[in-house]
Amino acid sequence: MERKRPLKEFLKGLFRENPVFVIILGLCPALAVSTSVENALGMGVAVTFVLLFSNLIISSLRRVIPEKIRIPCFIVVIASFVTITDLLMKGFFPLVSRGLGIFVPLIVVNCIIMGRAEAYASKNPIFLSVLDGLGMGLGFTLALVVISMVREVLGAGTFLGFLLAKGFRPLTVMILPSGALLTLGLLMGGINLIKKKR
Amino acid sequence: MKDNFFVSFSPHILGKKSTPKLMWRVFFSLIPAGLLGVIIFGLKALWIILLSIITAILTEGLIQGLAKRRITILDGSAALTGLLLAYNLPSTVPFWIPVIGSFFAIAIAKQAFGGLGRNIFNPALAARAFLMACWPFYMTRFSLPFSVDAKTQATVLTLIKDGKISHFSEISLNYLDLFLGFRGGCIGEVAVLALLLGAIYLLYQRIILLHIPLSFMGSLATLSWIFDKQGFFKGDILFSLFSGGLILGVFFMATDYVTSPLTKKGKIIFGLGCGVLTFVIRRFGGYPEGVSYSILIMNAFSSLIDKLIRVKRYGEKKTT
Repeated sequence: MERKRPLKEFLKGLFRENPVFVIILGLCPALAVSTSVENALGMGVAVTFVLLFSNLIISSLRRVIPEKIRIPCFIVVIASFVTITDLLMKGFFPLVSRGLGIFVPLIVVNCIIMGRAEAYASKNPIFLSVLDGLGMGLGFTLALVVISMVREVLGAGTFLGFLLAKGFRPLTVMILPSGALLTLGLLMGGINLIKKKR
Repeated sequence: MKDNFFVSFSPHILGKKSTPKLMWRVFFSLIPAGLLGVIIFGLKALWIILLSIITAILTEGLIQGLAKRRITILDGSAALTGLLLAYNLPSTVPFWIPVIGSFFAIAIAKQAFGGLGRNIFNPALAARAFLMACWPFYMTRFSLPFSVDAKTQATVLTLIKDGKISHFSEISLNYLDLFLGFRGGCIGEVAVLALLLGAIYLLYQRIILLHIPLSFMGSLATLSWIFDKQGFFKGDILFSLFSGGLILGVFFMATDYVTSPLTKKGKIIFGLGCGVLTFVIRRFGGYPEGVSYSILIMNAFSSLIDKLIRVKRYGEKKTT
């Protein structure tokens, strides 16, 4: 097996294998909470935290977890960290927590986290798994922030809650679910266009 | 470069009708309705129509230039999209609405899918739905006919939906007003007589066929007649056909070549679906008028309908 370069493993989650735009995982939270940049940042940080620690624990337990019941084992680990995140957010960032609502507990079933546990952390050493989790989490955050930037600026005329221009009539549709799908489709089309040109 | 991508069942013999000829004929057949719209709602309607058409053509040229496709801004399809979009706008909208709407219609609903012939949804209707979702406030203020000070009023369908009136005669309208277009509504949808004249021209030229219009209007009229709010078999058929944007939608947008099924049977299914959906939206939906949404929904089904209705190949024997 070829030796994996740590930096590459970290960076791949950001661009080349971006979980939202390239692997197309975790679309449900990506579309649902990207109505404002603030929500997107909160969600991104929460997912990155869970991904980082679940990869760490699962990777270190990879020789102990029996093959046949690995999925329940992953879920136990992931659910513990999601609970920690949920309680921490409720305690220290109640506003963000309220804004995200049900989507924080739902990180348990987020396919990015399950996917990385199954495809990466259960097969690779601890250090690389942590880098992978961090990269994927930041990649998810980046994608969410980009989507939410488009949606918040166009749909509400604000950025992080600050009014950008007076007299601007916001495109209400961008805040609605159809705006989320429209934004995602156009961004993915744009990314594919750039990739094709290279 | 000639575009060799045809979507059609065999036989593939081509007639003399070319895309520009068809598009410009549809365009001209719509002009009387627009003229009446301008007469009824004032000069502002004209500026909206012109802005919409110009933006559509410029956007088409810009995107075709950027994507290095063949520039076909004069084939009439972009102009037609702009015209149809303007006809679907109230005359009270601010001038940036037709500009953004036309841009959306051409850039996203048409060119992002690959240009003419590859778009799933009717661009003008997609843009109308987009504008409706973005700025419902501007899209639902209709000015009264011949009003100098731009008084606004809800359309008859809205009033009936809200339960304020049960029949259009209560706001001193009669069938003749509906037929000539002297009512509140979008710029190009009110002049029923002018639209029908244009439609007859297109039917005479065999540019559009009767399958979609008849099945669309037939199913809608039957359903509104049977299941009226006043009781069974009490619906006003003429009103259900001449109100809202039905005539415009039925003859000029549901019959769009690109977004409707190819076979005659398919067209009938398409029309029936549109009629049923329009009735359901008018009667139970959140919006007073459902023509545009029902056409958009059936657009999504039209390629599926084409898959369902297989054309027997010439000379093929039935295999049982």
